[in-house]
Amino acid sequence: MDGAIQATPELAPQEDSWTVAGRRFRSRLVVGTGKYKDLEETAAAIEASGAEMVTVAVRRVNLSDPKAPMLQDYVDPKRYTYLPNTAGCHTAKDAVRTLRLAREAGGWNLVKLEVLGPPPHLYPDMTATFEAADALIRDGFEVMVYCADDPVAAKRLEEMGCVAIMPLGAPIGSGLGVQNPAMLSLLIEQAGVPVLVDAGVGTASDAAIAMEIGCDAVLLNSAIAHAKDPVRMARAMKAAVEAGRLCRLAGRMPRRMGADPSSPLTGLIK
Amino acid sequence: MLQTEVMPPSLVLTLNGESRSLDAPLTVAGLIGRLGLDTRKVAVERNEAIVPRSAYHETWLEPGDALEIVHFIGGG
Repeated sequence: MDGAIQATPELAPQEDSWTVAGRRFRSRLVVGTGKYKDLEETAAAIEASGAEMVTVAVRRVNLSDPKAPMLQDYVDPKRYTYLPNTAGCHTAKDAVRTLRLAREAGGWNLVKLEVLGPPPHLYPDMTATFEAADALIRDGFEVMVYCADDPVAAKRLEEMGCVAIMPLGAPIGSGLGVQNPAMLSLLIEQAGVPVLVDAGVGTASDAAIAMEIGCDAVLLNSAIAHAKDPVRMARAMKAAVEAGRLCRLAGRMPRRMGADPSSPLTGLIK
Repeated sequence: MLQTEVMPPSLVLTLNGESRSLDAPLTVAGLIGRLGLDTRKVAVERNEAIVPRSAYHETWLEPGDALEIVHFIGGG
């Protein structure tokens, strides 16, 4: 694989898009590639989602079955921007080792950092996340960082040089939806880099809410992979993210405490 | 009976956490070929240091080396 990632080169300047680390994307849905029944289903769901960026994990090759099909055979790294993650790493050292291997395997330096605390919450371990982010940035990585919905921590990560801030909406794989819209709004308001909700989205309306409150994009995996019909859910998520984005751009009506009739009160028959 | 054939020296390595004995001498490129892997789809770490793909042919393995051979799989 070569290292040249060219996201949507045909994109017209007036089209709605977002940019991270100098790469421009039209799709505001980033999807994971885990938890699918098989690689065929992975490929079909990702295609249906319209995503241009996908997260991937780095693991040991099964040496007893070297000819087993690999993710790249189904999800083409020339078509999709691979975003290697650090899932399973609980220390900064492991995260850095894993992503150095990912950089060698893929040839690019845009990565997703996540350093998690223990089950059952798998909440971001922010102390270890800061340490790992610092080591990775020094080593030339462009770090999109999974984090707590903590505005102080998020600002610090941005100031350190992280290229995107990715707070959770709810615990990983919980499908509980966006539990923290007020905190996310604060993070979005102060951010100078893209903000993505990463983790917690369970259904299409959750993704729409994330976009309505002003996220640049949404990252999800289980909501599609664990749906009864993942390919159809991928289409639903694509539509939801687009709807939420349009809603954000359109500007919602103000809320009011009481009714306001939609039909004129004049000209009524007597 | 006299053993006339010279056995190639063996090289004991730790591959992805498991001990393996292979015929020496061996480079990283040779190892990947022997394992039946596609060099374009894997990355190799030797004793916790990355081996760049460009160096596979000139990196000779030594007894006791610990190697991690990884690839991309589905993840969130």
